Amino acid sequence: MAGSKVASMRDAVAELVRDGDTVAIEGFTHLISFAAGHEIIRQRKRDLTLARLTPDLIYDQMVAAGVARKLIFSWLGNPGVGGLNAIRRRIEDADPAPLEIEEYSHFGMVGRYTAGAANLPFYPLRSYFETDMPVANPLIRPIESPYGDGVVYAVPPLRPDVTIVHAQRADARGDTQAWGLLGCQKEAAFAADRVIVVVEELVDEAVIRADPNRTIIPGLIVDAVVVEPFGAHPSYVQGTYDRDNRFYRDWDPISRDEAAIQAWLGEWVYDLDGRAAYTERFGAERVAALQPSGTAPSGSVDYGRYG
Amino acid sequence: MGPNAGVAFTKSEMMIVAAARELAGQHVCFVGVGLPNIAVNLAKRTVAPDLELVYEAGVFGAEPARLPLSIGDPTIVTGATAVTSMWDLFSLYLQGGRIDVGFLGAAQIDRFGNINTTVIGEYDHPTTRLPGSGGACEIAINAREVFVIMRQSRRSFVERIDFRTSPGNLGGAENAARIRRAQGWLGSGPSVVVTDLGVYHFDESGEMRLDALHPGATLDDVRATIGWEPKVAVELATTAPPSEEELRLVRVELDPDGAYTR
Repeated sequence: MAGSKVASMRDAVAELVRDGDTVAIEGFTHLISFAAGHEIIRQRKRDLTLARLTPDLIYDQMVAAGVARKLIFSWLGNPGVGGLNAIRRRIEDADPAPLEIEEYSHFGMVGRYTAGAANLPFYPLRSYFETDMPVANPLIRPIESPYGDGVVYAVPPLRPDVTIVHAQRADARGDTQAWGLLGCQKEAAFAADRVIVVVEELVDEAVIRADPNRTIIPGLIVDAVVVEPFGAHPSYVQGTYDRDNRFYRDWDPISRDEAAIQAWLGEWVYDLDGRAAYTERFGAERVAALQPSGTAPSGSVDYGRYG
Repeated sequence: MGPNAGVAFTKSEMMIVAAARELAGQHVCFVGVGLPNIAVNLAKRTVAPDLELVYEAGVFGAEPARLPLSIGDPTIVTGATAVTSMWDLFSLYLQGGRIDVGFLGAAQIDRFGNINTTVIGEYDHPTTRLPGSGGACEIAINAREVFVIMRQSRRSFVERIDFRTSPGNLGGAENAARIRRAQGWLGSGPSVVVTDLGVYHFDESGEMRLDALHPGATLDDVRATIGWEPKVAVELATTAPPSEEELRLVRVELDPDGAYTR
């Protein structure tokens, strides 16, 4: 198909993710492309700077696999469960090597992507007052309002080399629609030099055009469309599969033990050639157990025809 | 919801119930990760049915049908009033001044309600690396008031926090109020701290004051788990024990696996 950006995950990552890149696999608990993270591990990329508000299990896995030299983040944990243990070992004990960190608050990270996307030199926010955060990260700086009404804090733009987002659907040109928690998928994509979207479903352009309000990322900024059903597991896709809380709990003991992590990476990443094999190994029964317990359709709106 | 002598409950259950009751009369609550999540969801099912739940993931007016393990979960989306980008949520709702209460957890707190969720030890060489701010820093600054729920111990209630992630009353109320005005903060800082032993509010000097002890807890328990000599209300109250209905909601509806109440 002319103009199609549809690619395999292997080709998309091989071509668009390069050693030394700043990579943002965004998605606030929702729509996290574990499939892309695993492919980056499989291809043994190195020296990446990984940016995400919430590094989540995918960055714990990527850090454990040795792909990263630096982390940019705002909340480092396994929500409701505990810490990200592979990352903690690197930070607390430099085990097996130090990990550079650059830390913000959530709004700071959102502002960084926004400035990166909107071609601004900084993003101002009313946060960080009287805290140790600007001491820990000197890139968070106070600035005087040019209108003489006080001081706010600024954060610098973040322009990832590559942003990877998962979504419910896209067409072959990369026009991407998502619903549910949107995090800062849009800002992170617009801020990036290269964009990979990974979707549950490839749809006709007509489906996109029938509901343009739902398009968060236009094909204009997309370099590759990867079709990878179940590619966000153990995170989730609103309306398609649930968050696998059991996996998030199970990761805690695995990640406390370096040998157990490496064994897990062997079984679930290195030994597999892609997401289809992962899903098969995971098992139809557990996949089925993650289906929503019922439907909750939005109804529909009428955009009207004009001319 | 009268007293309910004879039904056993845990310290964690009492803490969650007491925290939920503090939300009576509140309108818009920004829900933090961890214990605040269950306390706020209990409040919505008891003392504050009209409470608007705001989640930093980008949800206003959540109606969770189950208690999410994570504060980012599909159940906070389905049936919500609005789902927004995080930019919308932090800019228009929080920084725009639409949040009444920010409900936070903490790893360390000092007598003035300053909070650490970043590191134990030195920042560059921490003994324990904690999650960090998330949205807590800007919530503490811009929510009209801040509620805190956390278990009390000598490690968590400390004379000096190791890192100030989220500002409270700084070094005292008077100075804090001046700084807030000068810097244009929207919030007036912390107003409630609920622990597994009791309920604290803040006095005119900006310091935490124990106003109620939970049933079974003693002042000695409080002093043994706090890193400074705590102020105690002249008329110290006893928290009403959890009602049967509050316990049922916590045990059966909200936390059947005991993730929050262990």
